[in-house]
Amino acid sequence: MSRYVMVIDTRRCVGCHDCVVACKTENGVPEGYSRDWIVEEAHGKYPTVQLELRSDRCNHCDNPPCVSCCPTGASHVHERGGVVLVTHDKCIGCKACLAACPYDARFIHPDGYADKCTFCIHRVEVGLDPACVSVCPTHCMHFGDIGDPQSEVSQLLNSRPHHTLIPEAGTKPCIFYLT
Amino acid sequence: MIALTELTVLRHNPLVDPTLHVWQWQIPIYLFLGGLVAGLMIIAGVRLIAIRPKQREALVCCTIGPLVGLAFLSLGMLVLFLDLSHKLFVWRLYTTFQVTSPMSWGSWILLLVYPALLGNALAHLPEAIPALANRFPVLVTWSDFILERERLVLAIGIANVLVGIALGIYTGILLGTLGARPLWNSALLGPLFLFSGLSNAAAVLHGILVVTTPDEERPAFADFLLSSLARLVKARPLDKKVAPVLAGADNSFLTIELCLLCLFLIGQSSSTGAHQQAAGLLLTGSYAAAFFVFVIGLGILLPLVLQTLELNKRIQRTLAPAMLVVFGGLALRFILVFAGQESHWFQALN
Repeated sequence: MSRYVMVIDTRRCVGCHDCVVACKTENGVPEGYSRDWIVEEAHGKYPTVQLELRSDRCNHCDNPPCVSCCPTGASHVHERGGVVLVTHDKCIGCKACLAACPYDARFIHPDGYADKCTFCIHRVEVGLDPACVSVCPTHCMHFGDIGDPQSEVSQLLNSRPHHTLIPEAGTKPCIFYLT
Repeated sequence: MIALTELTVLRHNPLVDPTLHVWQWQIPIYLFLGGLVAGLMIIAGVRLIAIRPKQREALVCCTIGPLVGLAFLSLGMLVLFLDLSHKLFVWRLYTTFQVTSPMSWGSWILLLVYPALLGNALAHLPEAIPALANRFPVLVTWSDFILERERLVLAIGIANVLVGIALGIYTGILLGTLGARPLWNSALLGPLFLFSGLSNAAAVLHGILVVTTPDEERPAFADFLLSSLARLVKARPLDKKVAPVLAGADNSFLTIELCLLCLFLIGQSSSTGAHQQAAGLLLTGSYAAAFFVFVIGLGILLPLVLQTLELNKRIQRTLAPAMLVVFGGLALRFILVFAGQESHWFQALN
């Protein structure tokens, strides 16, 4: 069974926002809203401070709290690749999923429903990469099936140290950051 | 030199950044009214079961309580509806049952609340509001139908108690299951909101009894303000005996609520870094002053003292403790909802 994940090489990411612009263009994200964004995380003790640049979005968790709290079933796990999606005409706009997401990855679309990254499932279903992955000028983003040991994402995760975001929240996120 | 982790998130989604604020005034009011209705149901249910031999003598708890509850519940559902951002699709709540979603449980529980409260109110409606019964004689028929069947009275009482407990706990669990907000992530919020709702309900009923009991020393302006309520409800001898029971029960509920709040804060303070920082919002942070003054001081400790003095006949019975308890219950929901949205796992990195 396929399981789509994204692997992002934080050593290659330069924080150029191309992924953000591509997502907005591809998905018609309204002005003032973002399905993906850049995070700068500085940590350490001066002068040995490290800066990690990364592109963040919905983590399409294996244990998604936004799905389990949804009262109408609008938030659901897609049969293909375990992608977490929202059915717009089932969403009542109660905002429980926004409160349940530890990554603050969702927002309320101006039309009233909860919105978020879809891994560009409409592109993936026709064999293309998500828009953000396809435009990245440093090729720091990789998308694929972690269930396939020969896939690029599986091989990267086997060969490089990596981390996920807030693993202690227990959501089993499916975006991995190479360090 | 201190080691730091500094996050700069280049995103500004409305209602999400810089800190989550998706739930505004509507949700605390809905949670408050839900808890209050739960408390009214439990008290009215217990009272209905307890007074079965003297059914024709019940008034405030068994009729006005459920009637007030029906009004508050409808108001609560209205503010909940106002909070929805995709309002035209609200009917989707009732096309499915999502077993893992507390909100789905709540929406179906709310459907059970109406018939339970209505059955409880109908049992004594003709005595409570004779004018209404004269205009609609069918109310007398329904009341007689219920009161002539002791098992039905018992079933309505038990239904009110059980659905009331479910509703009261649900208002806390709704927040408690949202693990992304460390401040809310405690199962104690269920019983905390239940007992807070019970104390609010006891205070409301006690307040109604205080204003409807004839009192020559009551200031004229108070009579003017409360005259419409006093005209509708007239305390009977049985109800007058209930007043000190309600005040005593309210003291017990407030004491339990205070203990649960302490346990909740102990649990948070001894958990992960994120939970400790979340508890800090209430104990030493930006919400500490409001929490200690409005919830602990004015909402729990002061009414406890006043009601104890009233029960010992050291001071005259007034509306003050009831109003303070209700205000404290409302403040608790507002502070927990707003502080909870500010609490976050990422903060523990700093």
